[in-house]
Amino acid sequence: MLGQTLREVSAALKQGQITPTELCQKCLSLIKKTKFLNAYITVSEEVALKQAEESEKRYKNGQSLGDLDGIPIAVKDNFSTSGIETTCASNMLKGYVPPYNATVVQKLLDQGALLMGKTNLDEFAMGSGSTDGVFGPVKNPWSYSKQYREKRKQNPHSESGDSDWLITGGSSGGSAAAVSAFTCYAALGSDTGGSTRNPAAHCGLVGFKPSYGLVSRHGLIPLVNSMDVPGILTRYVDDAAIVLGVLAGHDPKDSTTVPINKPLVLSSLEDVSKLCIGIPKEYLVPELSSEIQCLWSRAADLFESEGAKVIEVSLPHTSYSIVCYHVLCTSEVASNMARFDGLQYGHRCDIDVSTEAMYAATRREGFNDVVRGRILSGNFFLLKENYENYFVKAQKVRRLIANDFVNAFNSGVDVLLTPTTLSEAVPYLEFIKEDNRTRSAQDDIFTQAVNMAGLPAVNIPIALSNQGLPIGLQFIGRAFCDQQLLTVAKWFEKQVQFPVIQLQELVDNCSAILENEKLASVSLKQ
Amino acid sequence: MAAPMLRWGCRGRRWALACVDGGSCHRRGAPTGSTSNRIRGQSSVAQQPLHTAQKPRKGEHKWAAVVGLEIHAQISSNSKLFSGSQVRFSAPPNSLVSFFDASLPGTLPVLNRRCVEAAVMTGLALNCHINKKSLFDRKHYFYADLPAGYQITQHRLPIAVNGSLTYGISAGKECGQVIPKMVRVKQIQLEQDSGKSLHDDLRSQTLIDLNRAEGQLRVDANISVHHPGEPLGVRTEVKNLNSIRFLAKAIDYEIQRQISELENGGEILNETRSFHEKLGCTVSMRDKEAKQDYRFMPEPNLPPLLLYDATSLPTGADPQQVINIDQIRETLPELPSVTRERLVQQYGMLPEHSFTLLNEVGLLEFFQNVMKETRAEPKKVTSWVLNIFLGYLKQENLAVSESPVTPSALAELLDLLDSRTISSSAAKQVFEELWKREGKTPGQIVSEKQLELMQDRGALEQFCYSVMKDHPQVVMDVKKGNPRAINKLIGLVRKATLNRADPAVIKEILEKQLSS
Repeated sequence: MLGQTLREVSAALKQGQITPTELCQKCLSLIKKTKFLNAYITVSEEVALKQAEESEKRYKNGQSLGDLDGIPIAVKDNFSTSGIETTCASNMLKGYVPPYNATVVQKLLDQGALLMGKTNLDEFAMGSGSTDGVFGPVKNPWSYSKQYREKRKQNPHSESGDSDWLITGGSSGGSAAAVSAFTCYAALGSDTGGSTRNPAAHCGLVGFKPSYGLVSRHGLIPLVNSMDVPGILTRYVDDAAIVLGVLAGHDPKDSTTVPINKPLVLSSLEDVSKLCIGIPKEYLVPELSSEIQCLWSRAADLFESEGAKVIEVSLPHTSYSIVCYHVLCTSEVASNMARFDGLQYGHRCDIDVSTEAMYAATRREGFNDVVRGRILSGNFFLLKENYENYFVKAQKVRRLIANDFVNAFNSGVDVLLTPTTLSEAVPYLEFIKEDNRTRSAQDDIFTQAVNMAGLPAVNIPIALSNQGLPIGLQFIGRAFCDQQLLTVAKWFEKQVQFPVIQLQELVDNCSAILENEKLASVSLKQ
Repeated sequence: MAAPMLRWGCRGRRWALACVDGGSCHRRGAPTGSTSNRIRGQSSVAQQPLHTAQKPRKGEHKWAAVVGLEIHAQISSNSKLFSGSQVRFSAPPNSLVSFFDASLPGTLPVLNRRCVEAAVMTGLALNCHINKKSLFDRKHYFYADLPAGYQITQHRLPIAVNGSLTYGISAGKECGQVIPKMVRVKQIQLEQDSGKSLHDDLRSQTLIDLNRAEGQLRVDANISVHHPGEPLGVRTEVKNLNSIRFLAKAIDYEIQRQISELENGGEILNETRSFHEKLGCTVSMRDKEAKQDYRFMPEPNLPPLLLYDATSLPTGADPQQVINIDQIRETLPELPSVTRERLVQQYGMLPEHSFTLLNEVGLLEFFQNVMKETRAEPKKVTSWVLNIFLGYLKQENLAVSESPVTPSALAELLDLLDSRTISSSAAKQVFEELWKREGKTPGQIVSEKQLELMQDRGALEQFCYSVMKDHPQVVMDVKKGNPRAINKLIGLVRKATLNRADPAVIKEILEKQLSS
């Protein structure tokens, strides 16, 4: 039941094969069993059960609200949830309970979805590993999968035990782990430079980043306003499309959203012969793992063999994307973080000798090094003497990067096909050898440019690596052609038949695993 | 939370003025109180050359001052510039604060259409060029009453630029003459307001009110002095002037202070000063931090503000979704300069009278309502409205709307005067009665007090005859050729008729009788 598609489980609910409360309890039980994954910061058990009860009444009266009624979902802890603590995995917002729901959260609740909890992330979504939040790192469920474990047994060099568990990628790693471990059917992530697609790739999920302006950001605690979009993590493309159908559309509370003309309906693509797939040559970088390169090329072959036109395209400004992103991201971060001053909400230090001293100590205590580092850089770039040389220049580069995509699409390409990540998920101990900034710069290279251009993009898991870990590829579509993009993704998903994660062992032996995980749940709160 | 900024500069008669440059001039310290929707304007006004306090000695240079104003005006709207919360004067503190106003994380600004329309209208009224595309920016500084840590304003590309405003200043003997002047408006920008800080020194705490809806007008004045023909002097900024009177006092004081400072070998610091209302002087605010760098950045949550006119309006555009400049222009009321011109043309009014009529709220409307109902000459009406009516108002410190005398009553009174039913002095007496609010019409007062001029010529001739008979000496004086003596006779006749006779008619009768 937990591995089914949204439509399947929705049908089961309608037919009374299972009740929303039963479904909710199954997920809650799994959340408890997989607590050591650290996927959730807050589990909203009471809220979810109450919502399930109401959903159950609706089903009994034959008044289901739709495909999402009674469906457990999870929400990244940087979306405001009324009455439920929203921390951004930061000391700064510990204890902060928003008085309102983010528009996307409200839309899901209005459809009868059950909110299981708030998922873990890098502090204020700044990171690519979900390792840099105040509640500790998120563990990739694939670390405990049968597929990965068996491969490891074959490898004489691998150590036994759990010390080499894998990261989920990030920053929406908690949402990815939550969906991957079957604790919910869909989760909201956010995507500013790849934060939804990256963990989706590492956790074997569909990770969809909608076009900028298609989905409201109201209530999403911002990282970079001009690039942030709510992301959708699901196990199937159809599921992502259903959630997108609910979320998309103009929100009077977000002036950057646009009205949509017709409802989003995903049809099955039978014939790809009219399709033109672009392969950006600049995305073939030396750091790309040969395995992923190989799968990328096989994917291109697959399209070609089915009659699609596959052409090489050039996105010549790709290499400037990282440095450009760094300037724009940190500048907006410096600005967006200015409101966290300890006066009205969130953390406040004990120092009260002066307002300035209070600001300084509050912010020092409230933010981690990554956040403070970005604030410092951003303020530097925004200084009057630097503005032209950094910020304005970066904006110009951003335009060039966006134009690269426009040119590619104007040349007749329907969808671009690229890797999502350089490699499969790496063990935590390896990941933290590099600092956050280096990691973010490396890990975002295939995903970041899309945010600068505001395009829709989706990670689709393609196969397992030699180590038994998921590998995903990214499809990038034309702005506001999200439906076309997902249609192609759905066709691809059907072709590749990505294996389901085998977690039975994990669930059965969870108590044993928990004993080995002394540190895992230290900072977990529920 | 929006304050546009006008910068205006006026060209003095002889001086080609350099307007204080926007970039260098525009500089604000952490603002204190404020409003919720503001229009902010900047102007620079060059003044006539000034003399120092003493008369200039021979060979001494004259001084000229340059003044630039940054005017923060609250937009009259029901809700705030970027949020749906209400704007209401004197609401309890923090009672009109939306999640956005409190800068809760995740909230986004939504531009208030009414505020944009008000800004466009202001721009049109000030002869500005309206930018069809304008942008919003963030201006950063930390202050307790600025919860987001930045203020949304229009820094790079404001909604309106390059305007002008004509006005008049009184000059000449008794300030009776009006000299037309013009100031240039540099720009008008929509700007979010900060909150209000209330410092409680006793308890060493600061209270914050985020209603942001008070203080409809606030001005920062930038002032420098220089010798004509030489480069502009170093500028100081006097902040938070909240009345026209204090603005004028602060500017006058600051100009004199700068001149004496320079003449005594001192120098002017580029600093922020405040005006001490009781002492009537400006004092340095001693900025805690040196110069602020506001780290301006485009506001990413607000798309460029696009305005349209009849030619650029997209076909089929939803009128609710677009703002049409031409449509706003049509709703613009007649502007004061046009009204003044019309008054001069239509009524042959002196320009200074047209200024006075427009400077008092409601006075023009009062005048026009009287004009509609009376047969009296415009000159007569103007004279009565500006001298008598306004005089009474001023004496009792009343607004036109509080006047006990209605336009209809005055019109009726002036008709009585015009038809020579009453004399001018009787008319004044009637007016005084009307002012008492006893609900009587001028006609009633005239008849009750028997103020009508005597229309019976025979009776009047009888009065004249009697007076001449009783004052032979005066009659002799007239006959001897003393021209003033007849006035005495007229006065005596008027007295005898209880002021009810027309002096002109009396004079005519007397002359006739004297010559017979």
